[in-house]
Amino acid sequence: MAALKDIKRKITAVHKTRQITRAMNMVAASKFKAAQTRMENFRPYAVKFMEVLSSLALRVDAKSHPLLAVREPKRIRVICMTSDRGLCGGFNSNLIKATERFIREKMLEGREVELIPVGRKGRDFFRKKTKTINARADVFSRFDMRLAVKISGDVIPPFVGEEYDELYLLYNEFVNVAVHRPSVVRLFPLPSIGREVEIEPDKRLDYIYEPSEEALLEKLLPMYVHVLIYRALVETSAGENGARMVAMDNATRNCEELIQSLTLKYNKVRQSAITAELMDIVGGTEALAKG
Amino acid sequence: MADELTLEIVTPERMSFAGAVEEVTIPGTEGEFGVLRGHASLLSSVDVGELSFTRDHKKTRYAVNTGYAEVTASKVTVLVETAERSDMIDLERARQAKERAEEKMAKIPKEDADFEKIRLALLRAVTRLNVAGKN
Repeated sequence: MAALKDIKRKITAVHKTRQITRAMNMVAASKFKAAQTRMENFRPYAVKFMEVLSSLALRVDAKSHPLLAVREPKRIRVICMTSDRGLCGGFNSNLIKATERFIREKMLEGREVELIPVGRKGRDFFRKKTKTINARADVFSRFDMRLAVKISGDVIPPFVGEEYDELYLLYNEFVNVAVHRPSVVRLFPLPSIGREVEIEPDKRLDYIYEPSEEALLEKLLPMYVHVLIYRALVETSAGENGARMVAMDNATRNCEELIQSLTLKYNKVRQSAITAELMDIVGGTEALAKG
Repeated sequence: MADELTLEIVTPERMSFAGAVEEVTIPGTEGEFGVLRGHASLLSSVDVGELSFTRDHKKTRYAVNTGYAEVTASKVTVLVETAERSDMIDLERARQAKERAEEKMAKIPKEDADFEKIRLALLRAVTRLNVAGKN
């Protein structure tokens, strides 16, 4: 029976697929856990940083800093932060779609747009379609603050040198394991700081500033860019693995369903084969008995 | 315990250190400074350099990368991009980084935009070596 053999082969194949998806699910789960710990570890740094930056921004008229300079946005740059690897559901494609929409809107407004892809998926997608610069791929398997510093190093000098006028960062904001929201953050000119965080009155102490408030702010603003970029990196990495976890879990479940229905079919076919054979034998004996 | 000072060293990766110490020495941009309990409130930027503190009369050293320090009477919070304890430093890597930076530095003129970057890399490597070397 050819059909029987075919079904059997199919079942084995689906079994193997399930093994792979299950293993990938487990790998993604452990990576997700690591990424989540990273996100949690970063929080105190980010919170403390914002506290100090805001209290500083309240005391200093920061308008003069080059990173806060508002110019007519003729040329803009967009960082699109995707993951390096696929098989994580709509994680990257949703973001890429959002990026394309964003770019189209900006172009309709008559802006010149350059794209900075971070992550291999985004780079590969945009490579032939859009003007890309400073692409960075294969970065998420191992990264730390230095990567954020490098990316800032790509974007800060040209902004200060007025090579472009605005910078946006598009990334998947991490909401929970299954939900990632493509979001847009304007990096340059930096939005006014100080109003975002409420500072407790007792934190607004009179500090001695070393060096002066202005010089300190000058130093802290680039660090603020690092913080924003690093946060996006960490959230992307957590989101990617979370999305892969969910995708692989669904795939495993689909495999199980498929195996079940195939097994049922297999048994049915086998049974009908046996019945047919039995009928043959019975028919044969009857014919013999008559003869 | 009353005369102790709480120190927190926070990096993006983790809380590198949190605990009570007797004294902290911080590599500020305007020069190194020491902090004891009761110090006036201070906010200072921190440079690449050696941060050290004493606890039970034992000195612990860290190689830190830029950031800032917030000092209040009973607490010091140091936010830096990296902080490595002296016994965690990879000497071999630091030595290689130093050689690389020195090589590059010899090749380009002082006016080059990258010069500053390389100078900082060299500084980081040398700091690491110094901090680790004192063990």
